[in-house]
Amino acid sequence: MGGYGDVQMIDENGIRMDGRSAEDIRPVTINAGIIPVADGSAEVIWGTNHVVAAVYGPMEAHPRKIQKQDRAVLDVRYNMAPFSTTDRIRPGFNRRSREISKVTAEALESVVLTELYPRSKIRVEIEVLTAEAGTRCAGITAASVALADAGIPMTDMVISVASGKINGIVVCDLNKEEDNYGEADLPMGVCANSGDLVFLQMDGDLSPEEFQIAWDYNMGAIAPVHEIMIDALKRSNGGEE
Amino acid sequence: MSDQNARGGRDGRGTRLVTPGASLGASEGRRIGHGVVENDGQLIAVKLGALIENEELVSVIPTHTRYTPRPGDLVIGVVEAVQSNLWFLDINAPFNALLPMSLGPGKSEFGGARNVLNVGYTVLCRIQEVDETHSSVVTMKGLGLRRLDSGIVEEIPPHLMESLFSDGDVLKSFKSSTSCRIIIADNGRMWVDGDTNSMSDVISRIEQVRKMSREFSNIDSMVEILQKEVY
Repeated sequence: MGGYGDVQMIDENGIRMDGRSAEDIRPVTINAGIIPVADGSAEVIWGTNHVVAAVYGPMEAHPRKIQKQDRAVLDVRYNMAPFSTTDRIRPGFNRRSREISKVTAEALESVVLTELYPRSKIRVEIEVLTAEAGTRCAGITAASVALADAGIPMTDMVISVASGKINGIVVCDLNKEEDNYGEADLPMGVCANSGDLVFLQMDGDLSPEEFQIAWDYNMGAIAPVHEIMIDALKRSNGGEE
Repeated sequence: MSDQNARGGRDGRGTRLVTPGASLGASEGRRIGHGVVENDGQLIAVKLGALIENEELVSVIPTHTRYTPRPGDLVIGVVEAVQSNLWFLDINAPFNALLPMSLGPGKSEFGGARNVLNVGYTVLCRIQEVDETHSSVVTMKGLGLRRLDSGIVEEIPPHLMESLFSDGDVLKSFKSSTSCRIIIADNGRMWVDGDTNSMSDVISRIEQVRKMSREFSNIDSMVEILQKEVY
């Protein structure tokens, strides 16, 4: 949210700098089962973002004070690799990664049947290898595929997409420049089949009309990404229609 | 009955892979099996796996799952910790199982548990009871339950055990083709004992099965690998 229209990122025909129109998302590739030692894993290549997620468990929750007597806890750790951006990131947890880990865990807890595994822990590791705006969305999507790959019971799969505003125009799936110099950002996590909203954040200002457009763009992007997720899971598990 | 149905219809031919959240149609007149829940009159898959519709019963056989102990299961455990009067066993489940001294092998006195079974020992035992939080108690009182002093323990994904070995002939021919003594436990572990060449043959077969374990369409190939005669 660095500027207010001082950088021209969309032309008069509605074409953005990377050639997409306002409602287009970046190319998405998903692969499941990429880490043999994990119970479940997935990689999401979303534009230039490259995110890997691995799931371990359910396992006994340690330390014991984090155990819930009636359900499992999701222990999500989101981390950006030091080399993932042009400026080196100091390794280890920071306030941003702690926040994203928390919102990711809460979004996924909405669909995981945690009550089937009391006192246990499901570990979800999300590692961002290359970052180009929208890493939390790619992380949630990758974690969702990895959880399904691990055989964790879930009522639905969560897909996350962000829309935002650049030069006063609402566009879907911001890239790095649009995220840095845009005016607003609205990441959302949605259940693929039920359409339930499980995660929403907003940065910047959107009018009610603009919010509605961003909402519609995000909802419209769910179905194509869901298709890609299903295809990835079927490819790695030998499924056939 | 076809071979496919004899193994519970789980060999992948014609099975449909479903993902969590997939709608499986109306629930009316159908029974809910494993990996399926009902919501607003609709059946929904909650696991990634093969959809099995057996008359009225709808279930999803997962492509991957952790072992969940059930009373009566034969399991191979590894001693992880010892206290004065009980042992904690890793049974490949989310939680360690308890083996109280009263259900342990032979006679031992309070404080002498370590002399009977020390950390790292492998035992063949049976699940005695499981509580609502999946904690389990195992027993070594029973026919054939003992410490496993020789041989090796290999692992196969637990969800494959029933598909591969529910037909007793598979295990029989696996044993005869490898000339090894083999015990299949329900927790995805397998004890193998024999001469070095035979055991390395078993290890390589198990390794091949593990590599194919994610794909349901491979069940027939896995059975073939296990039954393969060595000339």
